[in-house]
Amino acid sequence: MRLPPRDGERIDRSRTLTFRYGAQEIDAFAGDTLGSALFASGRRVFSRSFKYHRPRGLLCCTGHCPNCLMTVDGVPNVRVCVEPARAGAVVRAQNVVGSLERDLMAVTDKIGGPFTPVGFYYRTMIRPRRAWPLYERLLRHAAGLGRVGGRPRRFDTEHRRARVLVVGGGRAGRAAALAAAAEGPGVVIVDEGDRLSAADLPGVEVLAPARAIGVYEGGLVPVDADRLLLRFRAERIVVATGALEQPLVFPGNDLVGVMLPSAARRLVEDWALAPGRRAVVIGCDGPGLDIAPILEDAGVEVARRFDLRERPVRALAAEGRKGRLVRLTVDGEAIDADLAIVSGGRQPAYSLLAQAGARVELDPSLGIFVPRELPPGIEAVGAVTGEVGAGATPAPAYAGPKPGGKRFVCLCEDATVKDLSRAVREGFDSLELAKRYTTVTMGPCQGKLCQLASNRLYAQLTGTDSAAIGSTTARPPWTPVELGLLAGRHHEPTKRTSIHFRHEEAGAELLWAGQWKRPHSYGDAAAEVRAVHDDLGVIDVSTLGKILIEGPDAATFLERLYPNRFADLKVGRIRYGVLTSDGGRILDDGTVARIGESLFYVTTTSTGSESVCEWFEWWNAIWVYDVEIVNVTGGLAAVNLAGPRSREVLGRLAGTDVSNEAISYLDARELTVAGVPCLVLRIGFVGELGYELHFASPAGEHVWDSLVGEGARPFGLEPQRVLRLEKQHIIVGQDTDSESTLLSAGMGWLPKLDKEEFVGKWAIELGRERLRERLVGFTASVGELPKEGAQVVVDGRPAGRVTSARRSERAGLIVGLAWVEPDRAQEGAPFAIRSDGATIAAQVALAPFYDPQGERLRS
Amino acid sequence: MTFLLPCPHCGPRDVYEFATTGEVLARPKELPTLRELTDYVYFRRNAAGVQREWWYHRLGCGSWFLAERDTRTNEVLEVELPPARASGA
Repeated sequence: MRLPPRDGERIDRSRTLTFRYGAQEIDAFAGDTLGSALFASGRRVFSRSFKYHRPRGLLCCTGHCPNCLMTVDGVPNVRVCVEPARAGAVVRAQNVVGSLERDLMAVTDKIGGPFTPVGFYYRTMIRPRRAWPLYERLLRHAAGLGRVGGRPRRFDTEHRRARVLVVGGGRAGRAAALAAAAEGPGVVIVDEGDRLSAADLPGVEVLAPARAIGVYEGGLVPVDADRLLLRFRAERIVVATGALEQPLVFPGNDLVGVMLPSAARRLVEDWALAPGRRAVVIGCDGPGLDIAPILEDAGVEVARRFDLRERPVRALAAEGRKGRLVRLTVDGEAIDADLAIVSGGRQPAYSLLAQAGARVELDPSLGIFVPRELPPGIEAVGAVTGEVGAGATPAPAYAGPKPGGKRFVCLCEDATVKDLSRAVREGFDSLELAKRYTTVTMGPCQGKLCQLASNRLYAQLTGTDSAAIGSTTARPPWTPVELGLLAGRHHEPTKRTSIHFRHEEAGAELLWAGQWKRPHSYGDAAAEVRAVHDDLGVIDVSTLGKILIEGPDAATFLERLYPNRFADLKVGRIRYGVLTSDGGRILDDGTVARIGESLFYVTTTSTGSESVCEWFEWWNAIWVYDVEIVNVTGGLAAVNLAGPRSREVLGRLAGTDVSNEAISYLDARELTVAGVPCLVLRIGFVGELGYELHFASPAGEHVWDSLVGEGARPFGLEPQRVLRLEKQHIIVGQDTDSESTLLSAGMGWLPKLDKEEFVGKWAIELGRERLRERLVGFTASVGELPKEGAQVVVDGRPAGRVTSARRSERAGLIVGLAWVEPDRAQEGAPFAIRSDGATIAAQVALAPFYDPQGERLRS
Repeated sequence: MTFLLPCPHCGPRDVYEFATTGEVLARPKELPTLRELTDYVYFRRNAAGVQREWWYHRLGCGSWFLAERDTRTNEVLEVELPPARASGA
């Protein structure tokens, strides 16, 4: 039932739409919110309360209170009073068993009261301990808000800068924005309503409806702009968040029909709806009392009007029927009414200022909390500064003519005067402690409607004053935020090599390897292993980190970083290198090729390229050598051509002599392969004669196709793992961890301790006798495959762990790597592996099973 | 942590663009005792106050620099590039 058309109404009566509430079709006008349309349809109960399941109706109509939370299109906890009506929306009640009118859980209100004071479950539900999960499930079912569910939705984040960011689009905020815009561009205004119009604010970017979530460190203001999180950095932040109308605390103050002036005003002025038939107005200040003529104008009979500035009220209580207001008793006078507009004054919405570092203190003359001492870069304008006009201070809580009736201090958490009194009696005599115990101010409104009331009540209960009680710490977010908005979209990049699509075409099973997608195998890992052993295989190793080190000091620099020696490395030769920390721990490994007198080509593990580059840069920031360090990982592709036929194929594609004399093991040569200039590194991670070809990324598919055209069988990571385990080649990060050292990993031969200095040398010199474990190879007969991380067991006690294990067809055994106690690191030493309940007998194998002398590699 | 860190090259940037290795340590000049090495590798002052730190502009210019930061407030008092010294000093 709408009022006749009014000037300034927000609805457009020429445009209608419908949405669904349960099975009901609800008609709405453009400009309606879901809440106003539901109200127009006759709905008065909008929710059931958190704990007692009491019926609740529209209270503030500003999106601040918890009374109109519903589930809209599967999204829980939507404040329907401010959510624009959308055609086809599906709205459901939440936290009810049954319907809003008949919620079976409402029994908690009738019988639960005396048994369920705040924190009751910490005291009564502690035994038996085993039953807590059951209790928890019951409690979660009985109390709460909406249920998370529905379709997953996408949220995004944007990083924004502004010269001036104005939060709040009231009169003061708009004036501040216009004044700032007159000084130059870069002014943004954020308002939670939908009334701001860009046309009225020339030169200002208008974000509405949007909500500033908080003020974080460094002046970061995240703005919730409907599934888009704008992370604002502004030179100046102007807070114009205004003041919040405060409710009064009296028996029945949560009945449907008790409203704040803002709700009545919006219902009448914006949506042409009469908030009730017969009203009582009780107010502490002008803005609260000014509602009376507006109500009369809307045809509401204003039965009585109580101006608390003129005469304080001593007793106040409301009675309801089925949760809806029917009578108000004020100082003994009973007044029949279905509407009570109550106003306990206005409290500056200072939260954002407090979060930014402003001090908050009581203004004794106004009886409200006001912000003081704003930090640099933060300004406040309008009512938020405390300019709310003089008003009366209401009693912390009113009582009715007869005792009883719940008096709600906090509507979000269903906390009553009784709960707070009990908390004080139990010794929670500081507001911060009481907050945590009673959860007052911790609900969806975040204290907007209960901070002041709880402070005043606390002062009364503890016999002190409001100033001494103070206010609780304001923390972000100050407005409810969907978790998805904070999580944002997953922005981890997926890295693909330039040969990626060839792998897809060949039917490779792709898996994550760090940020890279890499082929696990092309369908038959065992056959791929055989191809490398007996014929020819090719694997995409473009993911290897690749770093160029160039400069007159390049050799000296590497000599000082690596435990190995590099000063004597000849141009065109390669050496395996391991990087260690000053603590002697293994950081990364790879090969270092000297490709010029002062030019080195360093490869790292696939996940290590960035951290190794940072490591190099860091040491050079300290040492300041004349070297340039360039990460060329993304620019270069690389493939490893491996198998007995690799020399023949390479020779044909390069059209040059690649004999063992021309390119011997650990040689680096620049060759043109299939027309593409390549750096060819003769190394053998997979244990067969092989060549790594490094070349410009765009030629990836061409080189790959050429090699495959010569009969090279693509192989993936899984066959590579088998091959490298047959050779006992370790993978840093897989077989080693942050505690592993060169000695413990069995690479005692690698560091050159006669070098004057290298990073990690001291730890070796000082730590030699402190070896606690050793990485060794092992074999086991083919059977159960030990899982990665499976326990090594000796004499019935844990004595190490398996890091890698695979079945080797060639060996007819399981081959793997494991950490064992140092005295067990002897050829053939037996130990047991416990994996998934099975016990596997294994023995230490210090030399690789396959080609232990490396003859095939060198041939 | 959402504070702004002024990179000596790029100016104030969101701290998430940077990596840090924490407080600047005095690396032993020559072979230390085991205790000295352990102190250097594992122990930190963890100051509640102004601390000199290494920062790396990972998502920016890729430079290491030094910053004096109050660990209580995240106020950055000073930033500077590491001193350019003679080779290998």
